[in-house]
Amino acid sequence: MPEPQEIHTPAITKITPFWLQWLFVEYRPSNEAVPSLGRRNRVLRIIATRLAQGLLTLLLASAIIFAATEILPGDVAEAILGQSRTEEALATLREEMGLNRSAIVRYFDWLGGMVQGDLGTSLATKRPVADMIVSRMWNTLRLALLAAAISVPLSLALGLWSAMRAGGRVDKTLAMTTLAIIAVPEFFVGLILMKIFAVELRWLSATANTRPYYDFWENFRALALPVATLSFAVVAHMMRMTRSSVINIFTSPYMEMAALKGLPKRRLVLRHALPNALSPILTVIALNLSYMVSGVIIVETVFGVPGLTRLLVDGVSLRDIPLIQACAMIFGSVYILLNLLADILSIMANPRLRYPK
Amino acid sequence: MSDTSDIVAPRKPTFAGLRLTRTAIFAGSVLLFWLVLALFGPWIAPHGEAEIISGQTFAPIGEGGLLGTDKLGRDVLSRLIYGVRTTLLLALVTTVISFAIGVTLGFAAAILKGWFDIVVSRIVEAFMAFPSTLLALVVIGAFGTSITVLVLTVGLVLSTSVFRVSRALGYDIGVMDFVEAARARGEGTWWILTREILPNSTAPLIAEFGLRFTFSILFLSGLSFLGLGVQEPAADWGLMVQENVGGLFLGSSAALIPAACIASLTVSMNLLVDWFQQRQQGETVLEKIDQ
Repeated sequence: MPEPQEIHTPAITKITPFWLQWLFVEYRPSNEAVPSLGRRNRVLRIIATRLAQGLLTLLLASAIIFAATEILPGDVAEAILGQSRTEEALATLREEMGLNRSAIVRYFDWLGGMVQGDLGTSLATKRPVADMIVSRMWNTLRLALLAAAISVPLSLALGLWSAMRAGGRVDKTLAMTTLAIIAVPEFFVGLILMKIFAVELRWLSATANTRPYYDFWENFRALALPVATLSFAVVAHMMRMTRSSVINIFTSPYMEMAALKGLPKRRLVLRHALPNALSPILTVIALNLSYMVSGVIIVETVFGVPGLTRLLVDGVSLRDIPLIQACAMIFGSVYILLNLLADILSIMANPRLRYPK
Repeated sequence: MSDTSDIVAPRKPTFAGLRLTRTAIFAGSVLLFWLVLALFGPWIAPHGEAEIISGQTFAPIGEGGLLGTDKLGRDVLSRLIYGVRTTLLLALVTTVISFAIGVTLGFAAAILKGWFDIVVSRIVEAFMAFPSTLLALVVIGAFGTSITVLVLTVGLVLSTSVFRVSRALGYDIGVMDFVEAARARGEGTWWILTREILPNSTAPLIAEFGLRFTFSILFLSGLSFLGLGVQEPAADWGLMVQENVGGLFLGSSAALIPAACIASLTVSMNLLVDWFQQRQQGETVLEKIDQ
């Protein structure tokens, strides 16, 4: 399901300082207004602007997370003490936790802690959240990295293939398949794979628990299904987006011109199409990797991976606020960073984006 | 009134030129089937929603109930029939909420422009810069799992996309000749909105409604699957998958059946939207350029 990308933005004022441009300039790098500078300076300036925008978005996201978890009927002290609370105990605990201060003060306190790596203490386990996260981080990261390593080349190849044969049988088959995969819940794909390969054929393991002493094949057996499930959805999206951006370039007038000049196809693709396709493709990759942030939540639950998102989901069901805040900030930062990376990469790959239209 | 103007709206009736294809008939009948079950479920289901019918848990298909029993010995078929009602109703309410918020703000931003537009657009963008599942998890973590929280949260999350679509539509149509003409002959903002812009954006909005509806089914069943959506003993397809995953290793398909049902629902909905959009754009210029 392609989302409509274009969004109308009000006219850009050229005198706006770059840190304020976030309020006015479109987040996508299409219409950029920068006063004339040297070429190198211009790129640096745009990247600095983009970084500042990313930082501001992150700040806003942190405010949203904090507000969502703070505007509660009751507070953390009530949650800790539960039903059997007395007024005195509640007052003492609030005093201890500093809950008497205003929400603004607590927000900056919390944010300061986050920046310094102090993620707070879990309500449920009474352990520092940072420790809990670090012990789980690798499981999630490994899953995402493996899925990325598989899905990026695969979907680029498939996308290119179906773009080359647009309207043909290959293209139509792939289109139907992706439509089906995108429409189907992730746990459905996961369960079907599990039923076939783990329950019926018994080739692979249904739980993704790995041990340090596992050899390559044991690791493979454990991780194959979650990685495959995660890759499925990402490949479907990434392939479609690759296809449309490649088709976009191949049907552009300058490609037609190059073809009319009689250039060999090899040169046509490598010298004319590829440099221009690079920017949209890099954007597509980064966007889809950020999509994994939500995909991995389901996959970890289906295959019982003891990862970060399991921690988050458990935190949500136990209403462990500090844990939720920390996990949400981590995932949010990764997501925003990947989107930022997509923007910066595409600015560097495509000189046209450095100049206002 | 519009006869006085020689500039005619390019509108054709929303459903004009729609011819049924085999895919559309297939997808439509699947949806109709589930809709009938949702409406008349309690009279069709052989057993109660949470009624335990057999001492045997995870009974295979054909034993116990027609589709076997689940982890507590309840009839899978009956829960499936009760579940379609929960699943469809929640998705419908969520989508309606997201449209109420998104369309109102989107058209308001497109018509009022100025500061209102900038502020609302920035807020929406800040929300979109954050993965929607994560946002929903944070809110549910804060407020606990209840149907009201669930529906409002998901509705709000989905409304960002509806806002973008309706704002873009409002802007696009707002600069067309027939709107200019209406403005020139002194029609008010409300008249222009309800008589010129809205009628011309029905088709894209219907398509968007279909897409959001599919997405909210996926979203809600995903949350239920995580144990954070609909709670037992109510029957919901996502919840049924979550309850019965353990049975997969005992040879039971009690988890696969509701998952497949969700898939049938969302795939048919998508096929229908796809068909609708293709038919709609069949006569526009875009399609011709593509060929």
